[in-house]
Amino acid sequence: MKHKIVVATTTLALLFATGATSAQTTDVSFYFPVAVGGPITKIIDQFATEFNKENPAIKVSPIYAGSYQDTIVKALTANKAGTPPVASVLLSTDTFTLIDEDAIVPIDTFVKTPEDRAWLGGFYKAFLLNGQIGGKTWGVPFQRSTVVLYWNKELFKEAGLDPNKPPQTWAEMTAMAQKLTRKDASGKVTQYGVQIPSSGFPYWLFQGLTTENDVILANEAGTQTRYDDPRVIEALQYWVDLSRKHGVHPPGIVEWGTTPKDFMEKKVAMIWTTTGNLTNIRNNAKFDFGVAMLPANKKRGSPTGGGNFFIFKKATPAQQEAAFKFAKWLTQPARAAQWGIDTGYVAVSPAAWETPALKKYAADFPQAAVARDQLQYAVAELSTHDNQRVTKALNDGLQAALTGNKTAEAAMKDAQKEAERLLRGYK
Amino acid sequence: MNARQQAHAWLLLLPAVVLLLAFTHWPALATLIDSFLSTPKPNRPSVFVGIENYAVMADDPIFWQAVRNNLWFAAVTIPFSVGTALAMALWVNGKIAGRGFLRLAYFTPTVLPMIAVANIWLFFYTPDYGLLDQIGGAFGLPAHNWLGSTSTALACVMVVTIWKEAGFFMIFYLAALQGINPSLREAAAIEGASRWFFFRRVLWPLLMPTTIFVLVNAVINAFRMVDHLFVMTRGGPDNATTLLLYHLYEVGFKFWDQGYAAAITMVLLFSLATVALVQFFVLDRRAHY
Repeated sequence: MKHKIVVATTTLALLFATGATSAQTTDVSFYFPVAVGGPITKIIDQFATEFNKENPAIKVSPIYAGSYQDTIVKALTANKAGTPPVASVLLSTDTFTLIDEDAIVPIDTFVKTPEDRAWLGGFYKAFLLNGQIGGKTWGVPFQRSTVVLYWNKELFKEAGLDPNKPPQTWAEMTAMAQKLTRKDASGKVTQYGVQIPSSGFPYWLFQGLTTENDVILANEAGTQTRYDDPRVIEALQYWVDLSRKHGVHPPGIVEWGTTPKDFMEKKVAMIWTTTGNLTNIRNNAKFDFGVAMLPANKKRGSPTGGGNFFIFKKATPAQQEAAFKFAKWLTQPARAAQWGIDTGYVAVSPAAWETPALKKYAADFPQAAVARDQLQYAVAELSTHDNQRVTKALNDGLQAALTGNKTAEAAMKDAQKEAERLLRGYK
Repeated sequence: MNARQQAHAWLLLLPAVVLLLAFTHWPALATLIDSFLSTPKPNRPSVFVGIENYAVMADDPIFWQAVRNNLWFAAVTIPFSVGTALAMALWVNGKIAGRGFLRLAYFTPTVLPMIAVANIWLFFYTPDYGLLDQIGGAFGLPAHNWLGSTSTALACVMVVTIWKEAGFFMIFYLAALQGINPSLREAAAIEGASRWFFFRRVLWPLLMPTTIFVLVNAVINAFRMVDHLFVMTRGGPDNATTLLLYHLYEVGFKFWDQGYAAAITMVLLFSLATVALVQFFVLDRRAHY
């Protein structure tokens, strides 16, 4: 018996010893979500393999975690259990939540050399906005997008419009949409002029309208919303009027997921959607189409969207450093350019757009550069403390107004009241 | 039984008891405790707040809308899915050509995962080029935004549930019908009983145990099946299709409000337990085994 115990302990000791030698490589678990079509997981796996080859001391293991929502649920649950991933790509708007849960560390912690500082300063300012809170940068822009207008050149021609001139203002968009709306003999609409999807997360597209109406939906500290600002109500009224007054926009709630298909089926001549749909529409539309910046009212504007790269607090310092290295590696201009071309996300730094690969791509396919040019007008995506709940208040209000259950004014006043109640504790 | 046998019996029960305790009873108890605590935050550990979470719930208009929606959902889907199941079972129990194929066809919706079902129906409901509008269009009906208007969205979601559930319940009815002694039918025929009379006086009472079982399941499913909402409506438009469990998911995993989520869970658990108990003890007396 005694003999057996000795053997067992020796084996155990040996096991630990081998464990210790292999611990010289730093393991970096990396959660990532997939939100658009295309072989995203394959590309990420390839990135990890290349990175691991270049850095033998680090082992990045990418873990595909589902949608953005699934990924944050998994990451935060794991965090509460004490074993979060070392790094994860999560919605940039969830930054407040991640800070409130004390789950992440600021990226600035790792920025020490001038080279690091140059790297962090190299991103488009618009993409950094959502990650910068309380004077610190919490997230590295990675898979980022923005809202643009797609228009069908063929239908423009048929309606007697210049196929190369998208609407520049709200008034123009309404006027063009009126020409582009077609009805059959019985008065049934067979083709709508324009559609702005409103299922799931209408606040994001609505933010295009509010920014153009020169109003920001929340303060930078994330403690105060302005849902009932007259300019916000005016913006919503414009959206509601498109369907209810002018009849150029489908009634009720327009499904986000089928909007690109509606466009490809010629059910609608102009759509607002993410740049992330660019590759999809390019591959499947059987007509010539254009991509334009969103039309302006008081000014131009669009929200940014998409995911940032976060580093978790409970990881060891060595793991965090390794994750930081991986983040820098991922966002090198050449790689960011390739990522943008393969996925349709907007390459995150001006330097990436200077690479030969992306320059050539933009020259062949100028539609891809529109999102970049719009970035100078882009604002941070709506994000506050208790973000999902405060945003839901706005979503509910928008849907109530769009379905005709409430007036624009009543809907926004109710949403604001709810948001103030929710944010009471954070002031 | 002697002590040794007793010990054996308990040992044999042990795995199941451990699993039940660890994964059913302890979590239920822990949730009850959590529902009286505030949601822990890194710098604010959870404290005892009494019934505050329940007070928040009573004040939450979305909770009440979810309750209303769910009651409607149950009131419509339960009788319709059970009724359809019974009708289908009676139909495929008879001697008709292609019976096996028909049974398979009725059962297919049950085999499909709910997410796939939701995606199929999402296409049916798509305005303009969706199946429903294409058929309607052929008859000159105007296009309708089925899932996009508050007046039709909940009904659309109910239809999917009935379609999905009826096939499943049909299997139970079919099994029960197969077990009914054919001599009863012959005797009824000799006595000259009409088919309706035979159904009402013979089949229906004999099917009662199955009906109770199916009803319990239907009630639980009415509060449990929310998978399709994630694909079809995400609770929208303006909470028109938010059911209790979906609201619970949002509170728990989108808003991270653990205390409040625990309170909703308790309400859901207690109401379902009550309904199940009532069904078992009251309806059971009227069942003929």
